[in-house]
Amino acid sequence: MAETTTTAPVAAEALSLVPKAEGRQSMKEFKSDQEVRWCPGCGDYAVLAAVQGFLPSLGLARENIVFVSGIGCSSRFPYYMNTYGMHSIHGRAPAIATGLATSRRDLSVWVVTGDGDALSIGGNHLIHALRRNVNLKILLFNNRIYGLTKGQYSPTSETGKITKSTPMGSLDAPFNPVSLALGAEASFVARTVDSDRKHLTEVLRQAAEHPGTALVEIYQNCNIFNDGAFEVLKDREQAEEAVIRLEHGQPIRFGADGAKGVVRDRDTGDLRVVAVTPQNEAEVLVHDAGAATPTTAFALSRLADPDTLHHTPIGVFRSVERPVYDTLMADQVDAAVERHGKGDLSALLSGNDTWTVVG
Amino acid sequence: MTSQVSSPAEQADGTVVGEQRKPVGTKDVRRLDRVIIRFAGDSGDGMQLTGDRFTSDTASFGNDLSTLPNFPAEIRAPAGTLPGVSSFQLHFADHDILTPGDAPNVLVAMNPAALKANIGDMPSGAEIIVNTDEFTKRALQKVGYAASPLEDGSLEAYRLHPVPLTTLTLEALKEFDLSRKEAERSKNMFALGLLSWMYHRPTEGTERFLKTKFAKKPDIAEANIAAYRAGWNFGETTEDFAVSYEVAPASTAFPPGVYRNISGNLALAYGLIAASRQADLPLFLGSYPITPASDILHELSRHKNFGVRTFQAEDEIAGIGAALGAAFGGSLAVTTTSGPGVALKSETIGLAVSLELPLLVVDIQRGGPSTGLPTKTEQADLLQAMYGRNGEAPVPVVAPRTPADCFDAALEAARIALTYRTPVFLLSDGYLANGSEPWRVPEPDELPDLSVRFARTPNHTLEDGTEVFWPYKRDPETLARPWAVPGTPGLEHRIGGIEKQDGTGNISYDPANHDFMVRTRQAKVDGVDVPDVEVDDPDGARTLVLGWGSTYGPVTAAVRRLRAAGEPIAQAHLRHLNPFPRNLGEVLRRYDRVVVPEMNLGQLALLVRARYLVDARSYHQVNGMPFKAEQLAAVLKEAIDG
Repeated sequence: MAETTTTAPVAAEALSLVPKAEGRQSMKEFKSDQEVRWCPGCGDYAVLAAVQGFLPSLGLARENIVFVSGIGCSSRFPYYMNTYGMHSIHGRAPAIATGLATSRRDLSVWVVTGDGDALSIGGNHLIHALRRNVNLKILLFNNRIYGLTKGQYSPTSETGKITKSTPMGSLDAPFNPVSLALGAEASFVARTVDSDRKHLTEVLRQAAEHPGTALVEIYQNCNIFNDGAFEVLKDREQAEEAVIRLEHGQPIRFGADGAKGVVRDRDTGDLRVVAVTPQNEAEVLVHDAGAATPTTAFALSRLADPDTLHHTPIGVFRSVERPVYDTLMADQVDAAVERHGKGDLSALLSGNDTWTVVG
Repeated sequence: MTSQVSSPAEQADGTVVGEQRKPVGTKDVRRLDRVIIRFAGDSGDGMQLTGDRFTSDTASFGNDLSTLPNFPAEIRAPAGTLPGVSSFQLHFADHDILTPGDAPNVLVAMNPAALKANIGDMPSGAEIIVNTDEFTKRALQKVGYAASPLEDGSLEAYRLHPVPLTTLTLEALKEFDLSRKEAERSKNMFALGLLSWMYHRPTEGTERFLKTKFAKKPDIAEANIAAYRAGWNFGETTEDFAVSYEVAPASTAFPPGVYRNISGNLALAYGLIAASRQADLPLFLGSYPITPASDILHELSRHKNFGVRTFQAEDEIAGIGAALGAAFGGSLAVTTTSGPGVALKSETIGLAVSLELPLLVVDIQRGGPSTGLPTKTEQADLLQAMYGRNGEAPVPVVAPRTPADCFDAALEAARIALTYRTPVFLLSDGYLANGSEPWRVPEPDELPDLSVRFARTPNHTLEDGTEVFWPYKRDPETLARPWAVPGTPGLEHRIGGIEKQDGTGNISYDPANHDFMVRTRQAKVDGVDVPDVEVDDPDGARTLVLGWGSTYGPVTAAVRRLRAAGEPIAQAHLRHLNPFPRNLGEVLRRYDRVVVPEMNLGQLALLVRARYLVDARSYHQVNGMPFKAEQLAAVLKEAIDG
């Protein structure tokens, strides 16, 4: 199978208002002078390197890039980027970034968040950013555990997980972030893995160019509190059977020599995995990230077994264009000026009913 | 000095509507220096609109005025019940007045519930106009009247005018092709017409208003105008109303200028737009609907042609979050809310304190705790504004004193936020928000210069000679840090809620640095330049009354009463609650007795006692209503007498 996903039809409108850099940029320019303080072996290092490595390819003026984060291990990310950045408060990064992106369309605004930050304390802001389709790129580092508070279960932890706060096993059913995002009307949803630099980079590139909110779930290993959570997707032998790489316009096949494929069940309409045979080969679903409805993307997001992670699709589930909130907001400002003229403070303050007192 | 009405009578389409009517009959006309009217009815009866119209006509006539809308939190509370009563009180005069008045001279009661809910406030001899059509057995029983108060003699102390308002309205509209229900709705306009006749109000404003409001339903517009005129004519012809009253324009109360009537929330919204213009920064409002602050969101969202961006967020936290994000990007950022919303925003206000970015937090206070009394007024968020955050998180606090003053207070709050790069609380309240008064419209060139300089270049040289940008290197005078907005090359930097190193802004857990930063943030707010508090003390009094915010009207009215009775009393009123004016301690120590009236349980009193070791006496009321002048005068008299 090909190493990278192909591109669904996207416009570069997302970046058209962002000033371009003069000359070539290097990865080094995007590293801040701050010492990186994640635990040795943390998956965050790989994501940081991928982001620092891929940003020069966008060719955007570095001063017009902003990283906004919440609270958690991953939320230290902005400190390590030599761009503008804000390390805010728990769960609120999408709200803060919304204000920034809607008031400054010349910026490329990125949100860095984790499974606790985005899906627990900040769940409300996440879904509303997605439904509004604000021009934000949200990197959701999912390690299925609370790391910074030292190992409690998170909203993506598997049910029954034994942690410090759940010695008898957690009771909560987990969120599936991709399903959640699709249900929240997201126009771009992708999943990738911290250790697959090439795949990660390609997904980031597509996200960056997407007009509107792009949610990228990054499976990220916490080697201290939840080590090996995604091992089945990383181990070469196991991954072949476990990982389904989604490529726009390509049949959804995986396994050794593409022996398995995803087909639609004629009776239920749901998706299932089959062994591909000459007889059923034509029935194998062709991935369409730009499908009019998110129905099939949602079905794909439910393919994986939440316990074993077998049949986990990665890549771009959905990438469609729909009106972008900040563009609409700017259009209203322009329309108001066109309709009523540029604001006249004197006329506004006077209103229509005045009287004059003369000396 | 003369006063003229300059409202245009010509509409955009060129038609001239309405005409100035004056009572022409042979009835007596009496001159009064002031009148207090209260309209009361069901929350669906249109009493707020009726009051608003009477107010506009009164304003354009040139009287001084002050209003007090009072309505339930429910949009349509059960009809005919006491909790469903909505009222609007208006005080107007031929001289300078300060409050909506203690006791009404006239009550218009649209039903038994309105009568019962308001009769206790009426002094004997007051005029009471009731809609007799609504005094049915069932309606009377609903509010616990065993017998009709119109017939059992219980209203003998008043001048009662029983008027079948509904019947008369239906009669006046019988030529219109309207259902009974539709026609009945105009009864508030009939009442307005009657009162407009009684008090010689100009009529063209209301007629023009009705035409505009119902531009798409000309039938309804005509019906309302017909009901309004019928009410006027009824006053003119019926023998029950033998006298009409004149209240001359308050010619000498106002300095020369162009005036309009304005409510607190409208003035505040205009103040924000003006601040944006004076700062030459785009205005960004992040807000979540909440009573009684929503009108500011509504108003600002109508003025996008001023470059205003309004963002109705998913919750209170996102409202302030988005505002803070916009502040980082270089907007004049505002969030508007009431007490419960402030509670939710607290963590983000703390972040703004730590980030040291300009941000206006507008709190239109209402009765608390929790949901409390959403439509009633209170001043009980002062300590929340001062201290309602984790850690040492000082925030300047500014409070307007009258509805029109909300305009200037908004500009002042913006000045502090922009100069010192700090969140600032603007503490208005429900009384100011919905109350209204005449306002001299300022010329744009009278407004303060709020221009801001963003950082453009590095501000620090390292030992090796490298030029760098340090986001927490402060202005030595204001202690404000530089505001470098994204998009500025070479000044890329990261800020956050973790304690940061002085100067560089890098994360720092160093104990001495934290101690220094906490003290520096406090010193910055303590050092905010605020004007000295002025003391009004013409007679060398021994007792001082100290107020803040919306108590200005009733306190000043009480002080005038005392002085008129020969009692010396000094008055000081605070606009800046944090930091306090530099001279406040000295002022307080000058007096034998200090009285602090507040619509809370003594929050300012607590602060001044703690800060200045002064034995300030607290007088408080938390019934959802503003103080009455007479009540305060009595309390202050007691204090004077020791």
